[in-house]
Amino acid sequence: MMTDYASNGHQPAALIIGGGIAGIQAALDIADAGFKVYLVERSPSIGGRMSQLDKTFPTLDCSSCIMTPKMVDVSRHPNIELHTYSEVAGIGGEPGNFQVRIKEKPRYVDVDKCRGCGLCAAACRLSGRVRGEPGSDHNAGVANRAAIYVPFPQAVPLVYTVDPQACIYLTRGVCGKTFLCQDACDAKAINFAQTEKFFDVEVQTIIVATGFDLFDPHRRPELGYGKYPQVITTLEFERLASASGPTAGKIVMNGQTPREIVFIQCVGSRDRSLAENGENGSPSYCSRVCCMAVAKQAHLAHDRIPGARVTVFYMDIRAFGKGFEEFYDRVRQEGVLYRRGNPSEIIRRGDKLLVRAEDTLLGELVEVEADMVVLAVGMQPRRNSHELDEILPLARGEDGYFLEAHPKMRPVDSNLPGVFLAGCCQGPKDIPDTVAHAKAAASAAMILLSKTRNACAV
Amino acid sequence: MLMIESRQFAREHGLFACIQCGKCTAGCPMAIKTKINPRTMIYRLLVAGNSFNLEGYEELWDCTTCNTCYSRCPKQVNPMEAFIALRSAVVEKGRVHPNVKTALESTFRHGNPLTMPREDRAAWIGDLDIKAAEEPAEYLYFVGCTPSYDPRVQKVSRALVQLLQESGLDFKVLGGEESCCGSEVRRLGEAGLFEMMVEENQELYKSMGVERMFTTSPHCFNTFKNDYPQNGLQVQHYTQVLASLLPESGSDATQKLTFSKKFERTVTYHDPCYLGKHNRIFDEPRAVLKSIPGLKLVEMDRSREKSLCCEGGGGRMWLEGTNPGLRLAQLRVKEALETGADVLATACPFCLLTLEEAVKHLNAEDRIQVLDIAEIAREAL
Repeated sequence: MMTDYASNGHQPAALIIGGGIAGIQAALDIADAGFKVYLVERSPSIGGRMSQLDKTFPTLDCSSCIMTPKMVDVSRHPNIELHTYSEVAGIGGEPGNFQVRIKEKPRYVDVDKCRGCGLCAAACRLSGRVRGEPGSDHNAGVANRAAIYVPFPQAVPLVYTVDPQACIYLTRGVCGKTFLCQDACDAKAINFAQTEKFFDVEVQTIIVATGFDLFDPHRRPELGYGKYPQVITTLEFERLASASGPTAGKIVMNGQTPREIVFIQCVGSRDRSLAENGENGSPSYCSRVCCMAVAKQAHLAHDRIPGARVTVFYMDIRAFGKGFEEFYDRVRQEGVLYRRGNPSEIIRRGDKLLVRAEDTLLGELVEVEADMVVLAVGMQPRRNSHELDEILPLARGEDGYFLEAHPKMRPVDSNLPGVFLAGCCQGPKDIPDTVAHAKAAASAAMILLSKTRNACAV
Repeated sequence: MLMIESRQFAREHGLFACIQCGKCTAGCPMAIKTKINPRTMIYRLLVAGNSFNLEGYEELWDCTTCNTCYSRCPKQVNPMEAFIALRSAVVEKGRVHPNVKTALESTFRHGNPLTMPREDRAAWIGDLDIKAAEEPAEYLYFVGCTPSYDPRVQKVSRALVQLLQESGLDFKVLGGEESCCGSEVRRLGEAGLFEMMVEENQELYKSMGVERMFTTSPHCFNTFKNDYPQNGLQVQHYTQVLASLLPESGSDATQKLTFSKKFERTVTYHDPCYLGKHNRIFDEPRAVLKSIPGLKLVEMDRSREKSLCCEGGGGRMWLEGTNPGLRLAQLRVKEALETGADVLATACPFCLLTLEEAVKHLNAEDRIQVLDIAEIAREAL
């Protein structure tokens, strides 16, 4: 039944842009319903932000454990054509009949030959010396890799990619007398002659699931991010806490276990004052996930470092989701100290950092010593989302996120007929809300797809 | 009783936007040592109904107007401007400290808050040959009150003139016709007098055909730039002018500032609030220092956005505040000493005076010297 359409070439199809949990969920739903899906992901693997997380709140399930099976399902689904390391280069036509051009960037690795063994990365002259961008790198810039890499062990597809920003040959035109990676590869998969490839496909509907970026804490210089190595973001903490992360789940900083850990909420959320120095304006909205992400991380810190003093500075705690307030109760009862007040600055005293805040319930200035400070960075619209403008002129709200057609009654429709929004590209969401939103977008897309199928059947 | 209509006040100053996060107070340099608490002050005004008694809030006069509170506030509430407006309410009732009264009266009578005679305003020029007010020139150099009268700061104005003449910049001064910019008057809450001064000064500059001007003090620079009506007048701080004259600035101007001597000392730079936190000018002063041969620039932990206020702003040059025992300038000098620097550089007359005083107080004169950037650059000519 499923393959009938594929064989006659008339299987109604959807394009999904973005392979995070929103794109994955929408793709699986649509494919399971018997329609074709082209899933396009810009980075070398699907998985998105969720694959970077250790545990998920408030249930503390392991993020990879609930994510990886879905990623594998995508890769094996007969109705899903996965294009990773690819971008949408052009969209023409109209709703019901979009012509899409997909550009696949050269990985310099033949995906059909690569077995993901990693001998190339071990041989690379830059092995252990390349640090990814904190914003896009799977390890949020807390660990080094080689210039040829898989973003993480559960990557789908599990094939290597040459980082064109780092690779000595690609940046300088020469890498010693011989390519060490090529010499190491038994499968002869590495091919520096690869070029861009284009695929032209026809779809009836499009789902945009391009996700979010994180607030760049450099924009609040008084918090010392980038200046003090002990100041990290919640995403960096997530990688440190992750069993599959660079420290195998040990929360350490320069080899030392931090004893005094301070979390700061609302860094780059609920902040109207940053309009002048940022490409995305000021994040005046609540990012919705940080309160619970910090509660979870505070729990992990408390749990894994016996005797650690964990303090959370907050303005208001927003624990609105199912099981959230109960989790917040649990974390406090475990001994995590919540102090009301938004720290104004972090300064150095000796080898310790001092977090300077007003405890607004005491009405007193406090200076809390810390050997690790975790900034709960808020969500931001994708910084490069304007690249999509010429291809797909989606309306944006004042906050910079893609705008739904009606705030209540049409939460997944965009301003463009036949184009739907899923997940955090429309606004900050946690995982359950993202999955629900993606399922709604899939449902909306399938209305169009079944109309097409019915029309073909006539 | 010193009653104000607090609801109206809160509305006019956008205080209803406050979410009581405490960032303002946590960053306030004066909150370390006095009762001042911008957050609770706002809250008191919000919950007071429509009438609030200002009596007894002496800490209103502690505010140095350093702008840390506003620069940190996530909701764009400006506690500093609220404090200035509350001072205005007190000043209107005539209930001010005698020192404030003297400074305000002196500004009204003599065009400076320092009770100095108007006719001595140009005495600092001495044997320097500078274009006079009526001559045409590309720039007006607005010297300011403290750099005109204070013997220590006169050295800065003279050094600056020598520097700029060496670089070939075309500028003039107003000499005895120059009057106070009004920055401190406004910050002491005398809004009426400030308005009058703005009008008089604007008329004077217009009649002199002034289009571009630079100042010695970040306070004058800020008030011309941000408090005066937008009138097409281009205002810069002198460090911006110097930075634009550096060969590495890439400008194609014929005027150039080049240094031939070495200044072989370790320097740390104290960001004045009115350059940094008020106007985000962090790089130009450092660019000037870095271009001086032999000079080694080191940074204090609290630099740039985190610079610790010296307590000289907001009229505090004439007011001790409620806890004169502990001085921020002394904390600052200790921070400078920790860097190992033997020169504490700044680019503000008030900072220069308060920091120098603190060095004396700490008996640290043999370890560190406070100098203005203009003086350091002058030595390297």
